[in-house]
Amino acid sequence: MNYDFNFDVIWRNWELLAEGLGLGLFLAIVSIAIGCGIGLLAAFGMLSRHKILRWIAGGYVSAIRNTPILVLILFCYFALPQLGIALDKISSFIFTLSIYAGAYLAEVFRSGLMALPKGLREAGLAIGLTEFKIKTNIIIPVMFRNVLPSLSNNFISLFKDTSLAAAIAVPDLTFYARKINVESFRVIETWMVASMIYVVACYLIAWLLRRLEQRLAVPR
Amino acid sequence: MSPILTISGLHKSFGELEVLKGIDLTMQRGDVVSLIGSSGSGKTTLLRCVNLLEDFEQGSIELAGEKIGYREDGAGQRRRLSEREVARQRAMTGMAFQQFNLFPHMTAIRNVMLGLIKTKKMPKDEARAVAEKWLERVGMAARSDHYPGQLSGGQQQRVAIARAIAMNPQIMLFDEVTSALDPELVAEVLAVVRDLAVDGMTMLLVTHEMRFARDVSTKVVFMHQGRIHEEGTPEEIFGAPKTERLQGFLANSEI
Repeated sequence: MNYDFNFDVIWRNWELLAEGLGLGLFLAIVSIAIGCGIGLLAAFGMLSRHKILRWIAGGYVSAIRNTPILVLILFCYFALPQLGIALDKISSFIFTLSIYAGAYLAEVFRSGLMALPKGLREAGLAIGLTEFKIKTNIIIPVMFRNVLPSLSNNFISLFKDTSLAAAIAVPDLTFYARKINVESFRVIETWMVASMIYVVACYLIAWLLRRLEQRLAVPR
Repeated sequence: MSPILTISGLHKSFGELEVLKGIDLTMQRGDVVSLIGSSGSGKTTLLRCVNLLEDFEQGSIELAGEKIGYREDGAGQRRRLSEREVARQRAMTGMAFQQFNLFPHMTAIRNVMLGLIKTKKMPKDEARAVAEKWLERVGMAARSDHYPGQLSGGQQQRVAIARAIAMNPQIMLFDEVTSALDPELVAEVLAVVRDLAVDGMTMLLVTHEMRFARDVSTKVVFMHQGRIHEEGTPEEIFGAPKTERLQGFLANSEI
């Protein structure tokens, strides 16, 4: 194979790539934050005494988890406007990624909630707390700490999934890489660098999250 | 003097299984009543009914002159009180559990402060002062900034007792508080309970520690198959058991 590697065009465009990476991180952070809220509601819904709530939450989770994320992205961006819900590209993508994350986190939270000892709730009741205060002061904080490792994994997956935003021309890292590729024809260099940036970013995120886990973990 | 706790005609079932078959029990302020009996006799369920962790189908429990858990509506129907009412009444009792059930994400002092702040609406400084006082009382002041996972079972149980009693309950309920402990840790917890008894705290306790029950109780209640089978002073129950069932139970227990 005779291929002359030439990374010049990539170095010339590093600002674009950095910008794309930054946007990807932003999308992932906002989506996981919203997704945590949705996931928490869905998890409580799935564990509810009320059949209707269990039904709604369970239906949401299986519908989303059994649809490819690319299809969801395209549906939200192209089909929802036809139904009168028009969002700009970035909002539409955040919306999609949030409900997608919500469905997966619902499962994480549900098993986290089920793993908590029953005695925690009873101890809360015994000191006169209402169910709501028990959830906000005890159940959710303890569960959250216990599921942090799964939450980190989900965040990293979600960050990688932001590359799909390029499909609706959201200018993330993948979008700019494709642009550089098309303009320069440096196929190998472009995708090699883009891959490397994802690898390094994910590695750094994982390292940061592990430190966060250690800080927040329940001491023992 | 009107009784602090009056249980009358209490019935409780888990599905088909009737675990309490008509319990009558009266306690005066300062009484220390021990519930003894083999497992499955209903003693823990009775305790849990008193702080409404279990609902019950028949009978009534009156605490400090107030019927708890249920009310009768105009048509004479029995209705469960609202969650808020039940929570308020629960705070009138303090409960220590077999498994301690401390909140693992909070330090010892935080565990004690939570109910004071959230239920009693106490300002933080005041809650901290009250919590410090009670942790001191149970010998845990030096560890008030430790998390439950960093404490031994005996230490956790002492914090749990402080958490319950800091709420200033009318009556303390102890549910086999030493059963989950290693033998060498039992004494430190019993010492705390004894100390509270000496201090005049009204207490209802489920225990397997017969010697302890004999030492601290003003009354001992022997339960069998959901009924009170025999009751009396510790001297009567341990010194001169009347029924064969109690004699048999005591013969199999370590005293």
